[in-house]
Amino acid sequence: MSKLLKVDDLKVHFPVRGGVLRRRIGSVRAVDGVSLDIAPGETLGLVGESGCGKSTLGKAIVRLVKPTAGRVEFDGRDLTRMTQARLRPLRREVQMVFQDPVESLNARLSVREVIEEPLIIHGIGSRAERRRKVAELLDRVGLPASGAERYPFEFSGGQRQRIGIARAIALEPKLVVCDEPVSALDVSVQSQVLNLLLELQRELGLSYLFIAHDLAVVKHISDRVAVMYLGKLVEMAGAETIYREPKHAYTRALLDAIPEPDPTREVRRELLEGDVPSPIDPPKGSAFGHRLGHPRYDETIGMDLAMREIGPGHWVSADPCCLAAEDYARVADAKAAE
Amino acid sequence: MSDNILELRRLVTAFDTEGGLLRAVDEVSFDVRKGRTLGIVGESGCGKSVTAMSIVRLLPQPAGNILGGEVRFKGRDLAALKPGEMRRVRGDEIGVIFQEPMTALNPVHRIGRQLSECFLQHRRMSKREAWRESIEMLRLVRIPAPELRAGDFPHQLSGGMRQRVVIAMALACRPDLVIADEPTTALDVTVQAQILDLIKGLQAELGMSMILITHDLGVIAENCDDVVVMYAGRVVERAPVRELFANPRHAYTKGLLASIPRLETPSKTVLPVIPGMVAGLADLVPGCRFCQRMGREGATLRERPVVREVGPDHWVEDCPACAEGGAR
Repeated sequence: MSKLLKVDDLKVHFPVRGGVLRRRIGSVRAVDGVSLDIAPGETLGLVGESGCGKSTLGKAIVRLVKPTAGRVEFDGRDLTRMTQARLRPLRREVQMVFQDPVESLNARLSVREVIEEPLIIHGIGSRAERRRKVAELLDRVGLPASGAERYPFEFSGGQRQRIGIARAIALEPKLVVCDEPVSALDVSVQSQVLNLLLELQRELGLSYLFIAHDLAVVKHISDRVAVMYLGKLVEMAGAETIYREPKHAYTRALLDAIPEPDPTREVRRELLEGDVPSPIDPPKGSAFGHRLGHPRYDETIGMDLAMREIGPGHWVSADPCCLAAEDYARVADAKAAE
Repeated sequence: MSDNILELRRLVTAFDTEGGLLRAVDEVSFDVRKGRTLGIVGESGCGKSVTAMSIVRLLPQPAGNILGGEVRFKGRDLAALKPGEMRRVRGDEIGVIFQEPMTALNPVHRIGRQLSECFLQHRRMSKREAWRESIEMLRLVRIPAPELRAGDFPHQLSGGMRQRVVIAMALACRPDLVIADEPTTALDVTVQAQILDLIKGLQAELGMSMILITHDLGVIAENCDDVVVMYAGRVVERAPVRELFANPRHAYTKGLLASIPRLETPSKTVLPVIPGMVAGLADLVPGCRFCQRMGREGATLRERPVVREVGPDHWVEDCPACAEGGAR
């Protein structure tokens, strides 16, 4: 199947400056060699804890931040080396929905102006046509047409997110990067917005990169799920596979930590120690192996830990600290066969 | 005396605003059993935090005030105490764990000093004794190298470590009741699991009672003995945790339970939703507020539903349209 989006070995490093001369004294490896792809009409979920680089990855894909290295190919075209001017027509096709609709919407603009703005920027339609389009978009995301003349702050969190979604789909994009779109919403509103995203995908054939920290939400909306830890992907597989047959220790820990909404179930969890380490000075070897204090950690220093295919469409980091012995043997074979 | 440490009776808390007096908590009643954990669940604006802050009388001043009802704690009505008396109860007999540790901690004082404060206030210790006790508290909440960490400032700690410090402060005087207001909402899921495990362990060790406020039904299911479900300033249902999850009676409780995405449900299926949204505080009807959300009209909007016991310790706001098997 041809892919809509291909990300190849993408890196985003931010400089850390210090001293009186603000010299570069190091770098934050926010995204450190990520490869993934998304097919037309597909949702790839991206999950990880705060600071793992998932938002930066999303922003690098829509070029809100400039990648340090690697390739982002959209519909066969390489976005990474394009100038801003060449990029502009492509921006129509890749849109973003942010976590906080309050901060991402301009408070001085009416809802109509917020939704209309991208149409104006891209020179689409006459005034009357845009007016009709706004009414149509509001209806599509489940807001009354009368809302067009009101201001974003007059709406609740869930409605504001609907406005953000209406704006994102105004240009009929092919890919929408959703960065924690439901994290700030109450549960009953969260399910409304998730249903809306699923419905829009079915009707418009959208692809999503759905970024969130809540694995249950991500699993619910995604076809495939990628798990990110400290700037790298550690596992990627179909949504059901990730849940039923997680291979990587970090994926298991994430699944295990989710509180179970069932009081009859006896919970016995192995608690993960410590916090997510800093991406400024990441461990030299397996980052999660380091957090676990794994006895084989030293082996992984300088080792190629990139993901290998362990089953059909199931990729996992070739990391002896984080895989069961037989799983590691399989990825080691895959590595040797390269 | 009963085996309840806290009994809330028809508590009313209102905010004086430009738009008039807004009742954020509207005749809320529940009990906290000794040594047990009561969970309060509900969506933002439902009044769960205001209820908790009313108990310890930490309402924003001068706008927020308790207008009626009783807060019976170990036989005394906290709502009737003078501010000075309340200050002695707070921090000593009732500890509070706030959601955002960075706002609960003073950024310019070392954490050891902030912890010492509790002992200096309530225990008449010398500074040196208080410091030593503080280190013991840090050890109790499993902060590594507590002697060194006591000299740190809050910003030097990670989010999880800061929340441990806040817990240490809340528990320093071995309170009888701890109120935890969304203690893990700002934390990552793996750290949340550590913190909840810590709180649970300490509660058992120290024999405390607890009120745990959260919007996460998973957290409720794993950590609470009894549950109160709040909607628009009122309790719509309360029951022991297993009973509530097995036999929810109110349409709102059922809606909440159904609308959370679970790992077991197949991907990309449509989730059941609760339509509409909560009306603003100023626009709430006197009658059933969930009927209002559902866009129903008629008698149920006018008259406040009676709260009835439908099973052992299982109480439901008995609206004929929203409560199953309750109406007669």
